[in-house]
Amino acid sequence: MHISFTSKEIAFQKDVRQFFTEKYPEAIKHKQNNAITLSRDDIVTWQKILFKQGWAGINWPKEHGGTGWTPVHKYIFAIEMANANAPAMVPFGVQMVGPVIYTFGNEEQKKRFLPDILASNVWWCQGYSEPGSGSDLASLRMTADRKGDHYILNGTKTWTTLGQMADWIFCLVRTSTDVARKQEGISFVLADMKTPGITVRPIITIEGEHEVNEIHFEDTKIPITNLIGEEGKGWTYGKVLLRHERTSIAGVARSQYRLRRLRDKTGSSIVNGEPLSKNPNFSRKMAKLEIELKALEYTELRTLAAVAVGKAPGPESSLLKIRGTEIQQHIDELFMEASGYFALPYVPDQYVLDFPDDQRIGSGSETATSLRYFNNRKASIYGGSNEIQKNIIAKHVLGL
Amino acid sequence: MDLSISVEQKILSESVARFISNDYLFENRMKIAESTEYFSKECWKTYAELGWTAVPFSEDDGGLGGGPVEIMLMMKEFGRGLVIEPFLANIILAGGILKRCASKEQKEKWLTKIIGGNLQAALAFNEKQSGFNIANISTTAKKENGNFVLNGEKSLVLNGGSAELIIIPARTSGKQDDIEGITLFAVPAEVKGIKKKNYKTVDAHSASEITLSNVNVTKDAIIGRIDNAYKTLQDTIDDATLAVSAEAIGIMKSLHEKTVEYTKSRVQFGVPISSFQALQHRMVDTLMECEQSESLLLWSVMVYPEGDANMQKAISALKYQIGTAGKHVGQEAVQMHGGMGVSWELDVSHLFKRLTAIDILFGNADFHLDRFVSLSKKS
Repeated sequence: MHISFTSKEIAFQKDVRQFFTEKYPEAIKHKQNNAITLSRDDIVTWQKILFKQGWAGINWPKEHGGTGWTPVHKYIFAIEMANANAPAMVPFGVQMVGPVIYTFGNEEQKKRFLPDILASNVWWCQGYSEPGSGSDLASLRMTADRKGDHYILNGTKTWTTLGQMADWIFCLVRTSTDVARKQEGISFVLADMKTPGITVRPIITIEGEHEVNEIHFEDTKIPITNLIGEEGKGWTYGKVLLRHERTSIAGVARSQYRLRRLRDKTGSSIVNGEPLSKNPNFSRKMAKLEIELKALEYTELRTLAAVAVGKAPGPESSLLKIRGTEIQQHIDELFMEASGYFALPYVPDQYVLDFPDDQRIGSGSETATSLRYFNNRKASIYGGSNEIQKNIIAKHVLGL
Repeated sequence: MDLSISVEQKILSESVARFISNDYLFENRMKIAESTEYFSKECWKTYAELGWTAVPFSEDDGGLGGGPVEIMLMMKEFGRGLVIEPFLANIILAGGILKRCASKEQKEKWLTKIIGGNLQAALAFNEKQSGFNIANISTTAKKENGNFVLNGEKSLVLNGGSAELIIIPARTSGKQDDIEGITLFAVPAEVKGIKKKNYKTVDAHSASEITLSNVNVTKDAIIGRIDNAYKTLQDTIDDATLAVSAEAIGIMKSLHEKTVEYTKSRVQFGVPISSFQALQHRMVDTLMECEQSESLLLWSVMVYPEGDANMQKAISALKYQIGTAGKHVGQEAVQMHGGMGVSWELDVSHLFKRLTAIDILFGNADFHLDRFVSLSKKS
């Protein structure tokens, strides 16, 4: 039993590290490291750099432009990306709709959509949740009425991340109500965001930023060629997406990076005469988190090891989202504590390029800590809330 | 043994609650929070007219002779209402200093106006390097030709942007964190050498970073005795700690109640989510935390007259409880509201932010647990 890398894997790690050193743009790095929001342009530029390297489709099959990486390669890549504090790809295109299209779409759809997804030519957003359908997603009510060569879409999607930047949207819609189980009436469709009848309304989140949206569809006509697979099979296709997230869902590498940053910060900045890391209460809290994160790291490795030898992920993999998000949120709390009073100023205007130092409140990005803490309360709510995840484990793992 | 409040106290509590529910609407509060204004000047006038700004001052000083019970009752309602007017900064902090050790002339000059709602004030109790140690003061006050020259930087000065009068603790002798050697100076905000960087805080209140460069003041600016301000400062901060703890309890109860109501109305999987036992148990947990917190608040208020270590121990116990239980109640409220809990539109997220800010004010849970331990060692 061992966890060391092969010499090929070590060489791969070197290559990846070199890529991040050489190809990760300074301008974007500066923004990431100083809590400055990336523009749409920044995100697309970076994703195109990954695409040029051939690393946009990490989980895609080689036939569609994927990397063909083993789980260990993906694990190494995640670590190097986290250590560089580089942005991960916006998941909706590459991780969500892409796999659905190449698994269940027809040849014409694959040709039409996949290359633009991989190359970040088209920005995708996700139309799943509705005001009345959060945890109970299958109860969704947005309708797609078949009228000749078109579907007419009517309804509202909500919590659509970065919908304001999107070119296209993929939606779970109701094509039939005459079904035994509500899941059986759901279809998976694609829509151009420029289609008449689509309105995007910003939803401001707790920290004051515009990250999510409500999207209204009023008599929106889409061609029936935008249906993926078969009518009534949309729910199954949607569930397939979830299997693609195993290697990154826990966010272990990013959390480890953040804990190191926290150690550095609390080891150097002096609070009331001494570094916070010398405070026994605080250092114990950091140690506990380190231990929990190490445990999560190995739970993820167990999942990877199983998948690497062709086995299905075991029950331990179900806890990755739950513990991963809880740990992320605990790290947010410790950053809050480390910022002390400087967590209080609300100065989002400070987080722009070339903000004059003499006008800055606090040092570094201390004042951004609370914005992150507040915003990231969403982590235990989105992607299948932690409560729903526990229901899934109880039912499918414990058989309760 | 009698844990009831008096008739007058009940009337005060109910009048504040009534104002909050009838007149202090969330939409109006948010309009101001989202504007460049720091608070409603109209509301502040109303608070003065209703006598609220006079509550914790003696009748000799022109006040209503109220104490910790009255403040507790008012602050709980202010918490529920997400009130952003600077009651804490003016009445508890600045007013607290002045009532304790200002001279008759100084009280007539400043305290009367504060009570009348006609003077905005602030107490600059914090510096960048202090952490939560109010004795850690590097701002200096050097004697020069009979006057004093102040140099230094104050941080997170609550209500600093609106303050016309700023009370500055400065070091007249001793080392940076000595308890002796601290003197309080009352400095008008427009005096030469004062520079403010004003901002709002994440809980829709406001504060300033204030720089003092060769600020020249006369002896008359000194409040109380030279080198001897620590006890006044500490007692005032303890009052403020008690006050925000009461505010926090008002918030916690509101969050808990809203969560129960929301889960009863939110239907998923064909049933209200309040029917799920897992959530019911969690709501019982938050109820227990609210009630335990309320109990510690009552204890603190009853022990308050003893002063000194006993009072401080109770206040630290309470603040520790607010920090830990408050965090839990707040996070649970957000979680059980689902996506709505992280939306700007709903008051839950703003209640959560204020609760989070209160944990930081005047020492977080860890700080007060440590203070409780060291006070226990002494007794």
